[in-house]
Amino acid sequence: MDIQVNGKILKFDNKAMTIADLLDAYDIQEKIAAVERNKEIVKKTDYEQTILADGDAIEIVHFVGGG
Amino acid sequence: MLQIGKQTFQSRLLLGTGKYPSFQVQREAVRVSKAEILTFAVRRMNIFDANEPNLLEELDLKKYTLLPNTAGAKTAEEAVRIARLAKASELCDMIKVEIIGCDKTLLPDPFETMKASVQLLREGFTVLTYTSDDVVLAKRLEEAGVHAVMPGASPIGSGQGIVNGLNLQFIIEQSSVPVIVDAGIGSPGDAAYAMELGADGILLNTAVSGADDPVKMAKAMKLAVEAGRLGYDAGRIPKKTYATNSSPETAMIE
Repeated sequence: MDIQVNGKILKFDNKAMTIADLLDAYDIQEKIAAVERNKEIVKKTDYEQTILADGDAIEIVHFVGGG
Repeated sequence: MLQIGKQTFQSRLLLGTGKYPSFQVQREAVRVSKAEILTFAVRRMNIFDANEPNLLEELDLKKYTLLPNTAGAKTAEEAVRIARLAKASELCDMIKVEIIGCDKTLLPDPFETMKASVQLLREGFTVLTYTSDDVVLAKRLEEAGVHAVMPGASPIGSGQGIVNGLNLQFIIEQSSVPVIVDAGIGSPGDAAYAMELGADGILLNTAVSGADDPVKMAKAMKLAVEAGRLGYDAGRIPKKTYATNSSPETAMIE
């Protein structure tokens, strides 16, 4: 399935992939971050239960230097 | 003590974390500034290289309060989206509403700024709103319930200092919520002057990060903010047109 992550289309074979799996796949599960799925916030407590669907748009954001 | 919403702070200097020459300089500048509130921007993570150094991951989050901004937003809707993402980090409930309405001057869009502030207040955020130095707009934001108004001294990053001290003074005098002068501060003198006018705090970034020696400037700003506040509390003398002797005019030697 195709998932758009931060604007890039990524292909995954895993059909029952969750947000937690996605973060694990890029080794960012420990990072300070926030996740949006199709413009809706995904709470940290829902990472394990939120199953991705083909065509989902995911945003993974973090804090960077700013004024 | 500076009180914003339910939190209190010893330091009246709020420091931005953008555009430092190096990670080490940034960290050291934050340390010597003694700032307790640090601003950040919210951006996409580079998930393919997520191991770049990140200040936030080194900070003792018990010591610092994070003030994420909505920079990048041009509409209320975009700002609200960024604010919700920031809060979803579960590290903060403060937000600096910053909605730019003009690319050249980076001055805020007052209508979108008001709209976003109202929405975020409704959602339970502690809202600090970056605004122009418009006196009535500041009043209206306060009436809407924002936790602090943050008028710009001059355009963001311009270092022009306080171009309309009178407006800032009006905003400060009429406000019952903290007034934090945000944007445009160039030198310690500017910061001290804003504090002498009665500002509750100063938010700056480029004045420190862009200085030849950001760490030294961070310390200078800390001292300037303290000096300006002490001066304000002490009550300055009124200005007079002509001179007045400081030395006695009696018992002169003849």
